[in-house]
Amino acid sequence: MKRVELIDVSKSYDKQVDVISNINVTIEPGEFFVLVGPSGCGKSTMLRMIAGLEEITGGTLKIGEKVANNLSPNKRDLSMVFQNYALYPHLSVQQNITFGLDVKKMKKEEQRRKAVEVAEMLGLTDYLERKPRELSGGQRQRVALARAIVSETPICLMDEPLSNLDAKLRAHMRSEIRRIQRSLGITMIYVTHDQVEAMTMGDRIMILHEGKIQQIGKPIDIYNYPANPFVATFIGAPPMNLAKAEFDLSASELVIGNALRLSVPVDDIGKLPRQSMTVGVRPESLHPIAPETVAEDVFHVEVTNVEILGNETVFSFKMGEEEWMAKWSGQWHIDIGDRIPVRMEFESLSIFDEQSGELIKKTIDYGNYVKQQEVSP
Amino acid sequence: MKMGLPQKIWIYFLLIVTSAFVFFPVLYAFMISFMTGPEIIQGKFFPESLSFENYSKVFSRLPLLNYLLNSFIVSVSVMLGQLVVCSLAAYAFVFLKFKGRDFIFFLFISTMMIPWEATMIPNVFTIRKLDWFNTYQGLTLPFFALAFGTFLLRQHFLTIPKELHEASQIAGLSRFRFFWRVVLPVSKTSLVTLGAYGFLTTWNMYLWPLLITTNKSVRTVQIGLKQLQSQEIATEWGVVMAGVIVVIIPTLLLLFIGQKQLQKGLSQGALK
Repeated sequence: MKRVELIDVSKSYDKQVDVISNINVTIEPGEFFVLVGPSGCGKSTMLRMIAGLEEITGGTLKIGEKVANNLSPNKRDLSMVFQNYALYPHLSVQQNITFGLDVKKMKKEEQRRKAVEVAEMLGLTDYLERKPRELSGGQRQRVALARAIVSETPICLMDEPLSNLDAKLRAHMRSEIRRIQRSLGITMIYVTHDQVEAMTMGDRIMILHEGKIQQIGKPIDIYNYPANPFVATFIGAPPMNLAKAEFDLSASELVIGNALRLSVPVDDIGKLPRQSMTVGVRPESLHPIAPETVAEDVFHVEVTNVEILGNETVFSFKMGEEEWMAKWSGQWHIDIGDRIPVRMEFESLSIFDEQSGELIKKTIDYGNYVKQQEVSP
Repeated sequence: MKMGLPQKIWIYFLLIVTSAFVFFPVLYAFMISFMTGPEIIQGKFFPESLSFENYSKVFSRLPLLNYLLNSFIVSVSVMLGQLVVCSLAAYAFVFLKFKGRDFIFFLFISTMMIPWEATMIPNVFTIRKLDWFNTYQGLTLPFFALAFGTFLLRQHFLTIPKELHEASQIAGLSRFRFFWRVVLPVSKTSLVTLGAYGFLTTWNMYLWPLLITTNKSVRTVQIGLKQLQSQEIATEWGVVMAGVIVVIIPTLLLLFIGQKQLQKGLSQGALK
């Protein structure tokens, strides 16, 4: 277990534009830290800089308490799992697993014992003598994982390790990697472009966009309180609905996308900017109407698309110029072209500054708590 | 692909005809090597009796075993030399980063366009200045650096995913050990191909050994064959062909063994 600290780290190629800039983050020992962002945002470059495969052109990288900017990759005490697994095709599974140990001149007997131990942990015992090409994608993935685990390094880096697997296996490996990381207490730095992986696996996640940090925090905090519209649309599926809005002072109403007027509670009037802003609302915060619904929270929309997923129904509609989506739980019989009433509350809105994209108003906490822990007989 | 019987028959017929065309000279040489002088003049295809007289004559007239050994030593050393030099050069061109790497590579490759006959005279002068006439190093050293071989291996090395290099960097493998333990085993196929190519071209080389050797000590077998032809006023073709058959055997052997290795290497396939 070791701390990884990045202080003002930046990266540029040929002394030109920075592809990564102003990275300041401390990854705590034993933490599962996820780097997430769209492709080309610099997340892999950042990971490779930590690994020492890519030069750091500015700032300081500390591993443990030591400055590691110029250490060679093998001196940084870390292991890495690659997207294409990087297994040596000419070696058997066992030799692949013990490759790093062999380089470190560990005794053959010890190597074998460790390989068998790790293979047991990952269910690879029957495949130790096989060559990588004789394994399925999931098994190769496990071998790559085993190779990282067997080295017993305090830090493990993973670069989109699950992106070559099918959906079912991916879900399984997600929990498996998480379990192993917890039980061994490794500091994990995990790169992915998949926000579901980021949400489900990370203790903390960092969202990168165009080489800059957008937000760092616990997954649920990022979901609830996205720092800017980019994060709001990147995390969550379907993404948060966004629209331009203006505040009408005379009626103390919020005009969303020139279409919808929503009255603002007296307490909140002072917090809103005078002119335009961007409002966002999660699809699940657009509710069907209920008997107790107040008339001014309801608006009618024309449905443009419907997806019924069995346990939930997602439909889209036009809101001004934007297309919004709503997610209702359960199965709803809605047809394209229907006009249906939707309920939205001012409390559930996130409001961003139009210029800077800064979050001005947070949505309320929708978290539920389990009231009764024990089930009575 | 499924084929009907008539198509199959047609294709096999074509294959047999073309292979007969290709193989005819070798086969005829093989037949002649068992014939007596008059039989050859009569233009027969099959010898009347299997006589090994020509073979014993070849061995008595020439130090053929000695020549074979020389050829073998020269071919094997050129093969090994080419493998070492080309694989190291290709490794540098693929895995090491240095300024002007691509430029140097293209310069290197462009030497393929210069026919080696054009560089022969300077080479001969060099060898003479070094006083390497009638030595193995004179016969072998000029062929160690081979642009074609470097190109062939570079192309194969380029297919090695860079993650393998990075993974071994993280494991703490030095550059040379990465070359030795990962790059070479993974590129076995191309190495075998280059090895076979190097061996065969050297084995069949005629002009260079003719220039470099002046006596029997290191003379190769191809020169020996030529000697057979010109020694007599009327060439005894039976004896020459017997020599040819003896010389061809190692080549064929290598081809058969190499083919098996090649197929094995190819079927191993690359891992995505």
